[in-house]
Amino acid sequence: MAKVTVKDKPDLLLDIRNLRIEATVYPPGEPPRDITLVHDVSLSLKRGRVLGLIGESGAGKSTIGLSSMGYGRGGVRITGGEVILNGRDILKGGKSGLRKLRGREVCYVAQSAAASFNPAHRLMDQVVEASLLHGVANRAEAEKRAIALFRKLSLPNPETIGNRYPHQVSGGQLQRVMTAMALCSEPDLIVFDEPTTALDVTTQIDVLAAIKDAIRDTHVAALYITHDLAVVAQVSDEIMVLRHGRLVEWGGTRQIIKEPRQEYTNALVSVHEITHQEQKPGTNPALSVKNVTASYGGGRVKVLKNVSVDIYPGQTLAVVGESGSGKSTLARAITGLLPPEQGSVTFGGRKLANRLADRPKEDLRQLQMIYQMADVAMNPRQTVGTIIGRPLEFYFGLRGAERDRRVAELLDKIEMGKGFIDRYPAELSGGQKQRVCIARSLAAKPKLIICDEVTSALDPLVANGILKLLLELQKEEEVAYLFITHDLATVKSIADSIAVMYRGEVVRYGPKSQVLTPPFDAYTDLLLSSVPEMEIGWLEKAIKGRRMESAGN
Amino acid sequence: MLDIRKIPLGALIGLILTSLFLIAAIFAPWIAPYGLGEIVGSVWEPPSSTFLLGTDNLGRDLLSRMIYGARTTIFIAVLATALSFILGSVLGFAAAVIGGWFDTLTSRFVDLMMAIPTLIFALVVLSVLPSNVVTLILVMGLLDATRVYRLSRAVAVDINVMDFVEAAKLRGEGEVWIIFREILPNALSPLVSELGLRFIYAVLFLSALSFLGLGVQPPEADWGGMVKENKDGIVFGIPAALIPAAAIAALAISVNLVADWILNRTTSLKGGRG
Repeated sequence: MAKVTVKDKPDLLLDIRNLRIEATVYPPGEPPRDITLVHDVSLSLKRGRVLGLIGESGAGKSTIGLSSMGYGRGGVRITGGEVILNGRDILKGGKSGLRKLRGREVCYVAQSAAASFNPAHRLMDQVVEASLLHGVANRAEAEKRAIALFRKLSLPNPETIGNRYPHQVSGGQLQRVMTAMALCSEPDLIVFDEPTTALDVTTQIDVLAAIKDAIRDTHVAALYITHDLAVVAQVSDEIMVLRHGRLVEWGGTRQIIKEPRQEYTNALVSVHEITHQEQKPGTNPALSVKNVTASYGGGRVKVLKNVSVDIYPGQTLAVVGESGSGKSTLARAITGLLPPEQGSVTFGGRKLANRLADRPKEDLRQLQMIYQMADVAMNPRQTVGTIIGRPLEFYFGLRGAERDRRVAELLDKIEMGKGFIDRYPAELSGGQKQRVCIARSLAAKPKLIICDEVTSALDPLVANGILKLLLELQKEEEVAYLFITHDLATVKSIADSIAVMYRGEVVRYGPKSQVLTPPFDAYTDLLLSSVPEMEIGWLEKAIKGRRMESAGN
Repeated sequence: MLDIRKIPLGALIGLILTSLFLIAAIFAPWIAPYGLGEIVGSVWEPPSSTFLLGTDNLGRDLLSRMIYGARTTIFIAVLATALSFILGSVLGFAAAVIGGWFDTLTSRFVDLMMAIPTLIFALVVLSVLPSNVVTLILVMGLLDATRVYRLSRAVAVDINVMDFVEAAKLRGEGEVWIIFREILPNALSPLVSELGLRFIYAVLFLSALSFLGLGVQPPEADWGGMVKENKDGIVFGIPAALIPAAAIAALAISVNLVADWILNRTTSLKGGRG
């Protein structure tokens, strides 16, 4: 599949000059106005090179990436600058010029392949569609090429996987099929928009390796958009750091991660060690899960097998594992949403009723939960005041001024001002939403809070702030956490003890220092070695050193 | 708070027309130039300065009957719609939240009701029961409630699996809080748009029943009945039947313009501040 570089094509593939992108916003109570999302950013990319675009959400990285195909997502307008691709300004080519270019010269790999494929068509039809439409190849040739790409991306059964529908393959495989789709029409440039962010760590490493190999062998150039510096360090030749739509720093990968010149880059690069002294397990656990077995579908699908863990007052137990390992189901069994079939849950010395409906209010109060997606965990029609105030009314019977005073206190605790009381969730940022959820659970004065992937939907710097807040609150309120996550870096920074789950079973359990000390079992080793490190060449080393295959979710 | 200049033109027209109809309905005895059953002229007189819209098939003033008719038509339609919404949405939400046997029982019962064509069902019931306003409202409200039930159950099932409802259940909230405070505010948008439509269906249904002679009984006036009374005139080029028909259409459109506008205002997740 090596691409023959045509002599007359210039070596400089993409040259974006002074790109300015604007959008119209409709702020509450004010007339609509235009805001600038991207401020005069310039970049250039040579044939066959990979440029990583990194930054937090709202940095404009996706917007800039998509401008290379002349596309503005969600009413965004390109209002200034030039996008020169293969020697011509594509912004001047009009609609038909763009149509010729998209899918032929520039292709796109979306963040969520599961949401981007049409569920009603077979994969093969979607993979070859662009090649056929642009007349690059006839159907037989295109399919042959697609199969070769499936093989290169190490998909199982490359000959027949194209006959499947999107829901019949796993998330990691789908992301690779999407990469094959982008490569099929032999474009000059591919825009990867966070292609591994939605995947498990153990799967991310496979997809990353497949993408890297494919880029190397086809000599395609790529813009790789992500917020994870460790990931981008593995695949790109150069890195561009963006913030608030402005260029912060642009340089070679080694220079950016080893010798960042700007303070902001340094903040991104430096590992966010949160110093947390591990606490020794006490004698009386706050919550004790004994031999719990649970299943869905009336006993047909066992999702928890004989799970036993203890959580001590004021301490944190981290439950780690990939998707489908049963870690969220453990939370559902503890809260009573999924009554366990066998085993018991003891809380504060008394046995908890299996079913949620049978538990007294006092048990419910002492056991609170924080969700992964803060924006769906809050009623969009209630104000922050109602959201935080309701547990106060419900559990403590606080009303009126007394309630408002306590709400203000809680807002203060989560480092948000009084002014937020009348806001609706849609008017908050992602980090603020999660803080409000934390305040809601704290309002009940619980003994234990279950945190279900509370930081995985957030930007690294915001997530770091949330973790610090949780640790501080733990010290003040003496509350214990059951922390469910797939992110081992998080675990290392906040846990006191760790339970590693795999296919519904606890495979490794103990104090943090003990769990993270070799010798490891095969699965813990896979999990630990799959966490990307900010080091060039880490990917190859990690792939070589693995002892077992990942599940591919 | 509510700035009149910010109301879009369509909504403004809808608001003005709807309020005119409402004023006519409420103050009918004071506005109407003549009495409801009073024969004041000859049969089917054309519009003149004494009879602004002419007279009907018995020589009664058409304008007066239109105004009294607005009263009957809107009164019955409003009550029937209110009944169908209260009953349908509460049962629908409850079925979604409680689930299990309650859901199965109510859903299958509603399916059973919907399997029988509405008009035929109403004709049978109304021909057996005494034909008065209360029976009419009850029959119309109950039959329409099946549609509202299906819609609100479908909407509530989606909302019921959201994390914030689960959070409320974990907090220990009862069904009443979950239905009225968590689900209802989020289901309001589809319900409001359905409300406008359902009200109009109620007007049309009532008109159809009256046209068939099972709705409002003479000498009481309602728009559907008036179309029936005057329909024979159309053959002779007399437009008396078209006036109540046009009123039905105007009411339908204006109420829906208002409903659409309310819908636009309530879909904002930022408390209508955006």
